[in-house]
Amino acid sequence: MQARRVLTTPDDPQPYRELGLADDEYARILQILGRAPTAAELAMYSVMWSEHCSYKSSKVHLRYVGETTTEAMRQRMLAGIGENAGVVEVGDGWAVTFKIESHNHPSYVEPYQGAATGVGGIVRDIMAMGARPIAIADSLRFGLADAADTARVLPGVVAGIGGYGNCLGLPTIGGEVVFDPSYAGNPLVNALCVGVLRVADLHLAHASGTGNQIVLFGARTGRDGIGGVSVLASESFSASHPGQDRSRRKLPSVQVGDPFAEKVLIECCLELFNAGLVAGIQDLGGAGLSCVTSELASAGDGGMRVDLDAVPLRAPGMTPVEILCSESQERMCAVVCPSDVDAFMAVCAKWDVTATVIGEVTDGERLVITWHGETVVDVPPRTVAHEGPVYHRPVQRPSTQDAMHASTPDALARPSTPDALRATVLRMVASPGLCSRAWVTDQYDRYVRGGTVLAQPSDAGMVRIDEITQRGVAVATDGNARYCALDPYVGTQLALAEAYRNVAVTGATPLAVTNCLNFGAPTDPGVMWQFEQAVRGLADGCAALGIPVTGGNVSFYNQTADTAILPTPVVGVLGVIDDVRRRIPTGLGGTGDTVWLLGETRDEFGGSEWAHEMHGHLGGRPPVVDLAREQAIGEVLAAASRDGLVNGAHDLSDGGLAQALVEACLLSGVGARVRLPSQVDPFVALFSESSARVLLGVSGACAHRVAQLCTDHGVTVTRLGEVSAAPVLEIAHIASFTLDELRATWERTLPSLFGTPYPPERESAGST
Amino acid sequence: MSAVCRIGVITFPGTLDDVDAARAVRRAGAQPVPLWHADDDLHGVDAVVVPGGFSYGDYLRAGAIAAHQPVLRAVLDAARRGTLVLGICNGFQILCEAGLLPGALVRNAGLHFVCRDQRLRVENPATAWTGRYAPGADIVVPLKSIEGRYVADASTLSELEGDGRVVFRYLDGNPNGAMHDIAGIASADGRVLGLMPHPEHAIDPLTGPSTDGLDLFHSAVDTVLGSVRG
Repeated sequence: MQARRVLTTPDDPQPYRELGLADDEYARILQILGRAPTAAELAMYSVMWSEHCSYKSSKVHLRYVGETTTEAMRQRMLAGIGENAGVVEVGDGWAVTFKIESHNHPSYVEPYQGAATGVGGIVRDIMAMGARPIAIADSLRFGLADAADTARVLPGVVAGIGGYGNCLGLPTIGGEVVFDPSYAGNPLVNALCVGVLRVADLHLAHASGTGNQIVLFGARTGRDGIGGVSVLASESFSASHPGQDRSRRKLPSVQVGDPFAEKVLIECCLELFNAGLVAGIQDLGGAGLSCVTSELASAGDGGMRVDLDAVPLRAPGMTPVEILCSESQERMCAVVCPSDVDAFMAVCAKWDVTATVIGEVTDGERLVITWHGETVVDVPPRTVAHEGPVYHRPVQRPSTQDAMHASTPDALARPSTPDALRATVLRMVASPGLCSRAWVTDQYDRYVRGGTVLAQPSDAGMVRIDEITQRGVAVATDGNARYCALDPYVGTQLALAEAYRNVAVTGATPLAVTNCLNFGAPTDPGVMWQFEQAVRGLADGCAALGIPVTGGNVSFYNQTADTAILPTPVVGVLGVIDDVRRRIPTGLGGTGDTVWLLGETRDEFGGSEWAHEMHGHLGGRPPVVDLAREQAIGEVLAAASRDGLVNGAHDLSDGGLAQALVEACLLSGVGARVRLPSQVDPFVALFSESSARVLLGVSGACAHRVAQLCTDHGVTVTRLGEVSAAPVLEIAHIASFTLDELRATWERTLPSLFGTPYPPERESAGST
Repeated sequence: MSAVCRIGVITFPGTLDDVDAARAVRRAGAQPVPLWHADDDLHGVDAVVVPGGFSYGDYLRAGAIAAHQPVLRAVLDAARRGTLVLGICNGFQILCEAGLLPGALVRNAGLHFVCRDQRLRVENPATAWTGRYAPGADIVVPLKSIEGRYVADASTLSELEGDGRVVFRYLDGNPNGAMHDIAGIASADGRVLGLMPHPEHAIDPLTGPSTDGLDLFHSAVDTVLGSVRG
């Protein structure tokens, strides 16, 4: 059957460039179809071949991750990259799925809705695996904390995440907040969701079985978000501020979220799964129906027929292009056996969820879409969803790298007197990079569902997944873009190491890795070099740790005019703990416990928080990464948790030992008397960011056994001192601080910057 | 044979803390009975919990739509006959919207969602839901809401204060601008209680800041079983 062209004749020029397609990409569409595409087909190819959907610039590099994943690493993986989200088996018949995804550009244009729909999208990805979403974490990056635009973006993003996540009934258990001038015109909003399911209930997205019905359910389809992925997510912003010409054109592209609809959709989906009424399922996210129909069809074994007249619409007079490209939120698409359709509809009716059969699986090999009796799309679905363009973009190590390495932090003035060290501790504790995040996280519900065992400011979030066996999972996200700027390979491994360590200090065993790779424009060979190095660093690091990457997301074009953000791979690590009652709280434990430092401290200040905060300096080399040592420390902690030997632990990272001690005292609500190791310069001991280090609060009776564990695993131990009854952190011969002073210093920074209440927009419907 | 206390837990579309409320009921030795918003009877339960969440997405006003659902009509009837009713957070908003408790909950003074471990004083241990608490007990229970600021007209406030119907009051600073630092109030007969903080999230030190919330549920069980025996 030949599609009847709706808008074009072969001789008319088609607006493919405006839709983001390159000349050769358009030529390829002509070749695939043997004719000019219809307007609907052109729109479909353009969104599905966008960078966001097709990974056309990253694919050749991401292959390396698969190539370095061994059979042993795959053992617990039930689904990996290519599915909506990776799934790993965690024991007791449970599987866990998790993924992190970016919603950067929409969050700059419209912070509240951009961030809100970012949460909504990742939650639907998790539902599409047949899982119940159980927790979220948000990794956020903004321009300088005191920049005027940060006061617009940050409160909106935080309110959006809270407004959506809280209303959805998912605890927010972790994440990051980072400030750096490179994000001033391009904030990063990366949302992670964890879900659980019984191993037996895994649902993969595909449309098999001729005659099976395609059911669209959830919200109605409107005009919001059209072109979101091709325009917003796959092109960089101009230098102009939103509100000026070019950006104003993009404003309507941000979707509007309705968390209530999503909450109902979650419960409806879970009831459908439990009743066995779903043969295949996929969420509608970027590229909407274009994506879901082509992906479901090409993952199945037949073709598909879809009738756009059946799609419930929110606005009158929508064209086929608009219906196919709408990114209206809170929609899912299921493949249902004909005999189950009535039962499926009954469950949807119970939840007041609109559900409509919009097509069926056919025995052909074409995806055929009709509208008003005309065929508007007739394509081989794989050419849309899976056989998009693949680019080998030029890769070139920027010449500036050498100069950056040469500019070491060694020449920076260091504090040496006790007074100067004391002042530095306080300045660092209050710095936007290290201060308390409570202003942000107190706007998130961490309690809902009653399974949260650890949440921010803990090193990792932990939720119980089984109330009978007490099994739980822990998750942490980390990224350090300054390290990555200095060396993207090592910097990415340091992010992996930190997330791994943050999971390990809770007593959980790290199992799997997800990632969100935020970079500048792939057309810049320097950016592609950063990207290639980051992917290789991540993959090699995972192979060294023996845990697989189960999924991820790439976000390119994070730049303002020609200036890219610092390379920002964000790494999420998921771990399992047999019994959440044995988790190690973040902190030092209680009075009478001794304070230990595991790991070795070197003079490492390249990319450090100290160099950044005190000198505005970025240069030299990042800290050395030692994954074998990270693994050894992880094993010590797992054993210590299992045997109940430690009462508190805290990871050392940004800001070094000084920051870790301050936070550990404040979180445990105890003082400590410590003596810095004599063989290390006090400044280095306090502020170096050497990796693979952890602070422990060891109960007196168990000291011998912990020492033995460390010896067995080749982990260096320094006994720093003890937890004290007095509410004072005393660093011998250097300084002492009352907890009240530390708490006030640590907590006041964000409220003093963002104290002005942000007008909430939860009910606002407009996207402009 | 010992009597079993059956406590209904209502689920509206958008209810979030129903699993938590049911867990707390179970932990207090009672049997949770799920109630659906479209049910028009309460299946003979001894008490009802209207849990927290965002029923109907807080559309129109928090609690406004839920207050008109069939199950709420059944709750109103039952309350008139003396059945115990507890509204937590959105449940409190719903009970106010339904007219079962006076006053209203409006947007927090700071306009932000506030999630924190909140100290409270138990002002009246003589209600059906607070018998287990010592007079003036100082407890810690999570608060998590954006429409949590209790407001009422002057005469209602003075009536509530005069009759000992202010059951919980915020300590350590008022988190949302509630009048008279009010966190929770009861009906005149002390059998209907509404509060913004979440006692169901404070039943286990592993997942909450304390176990201070559990006594609320124990108190209800005492009341129900006491009246059965009595």
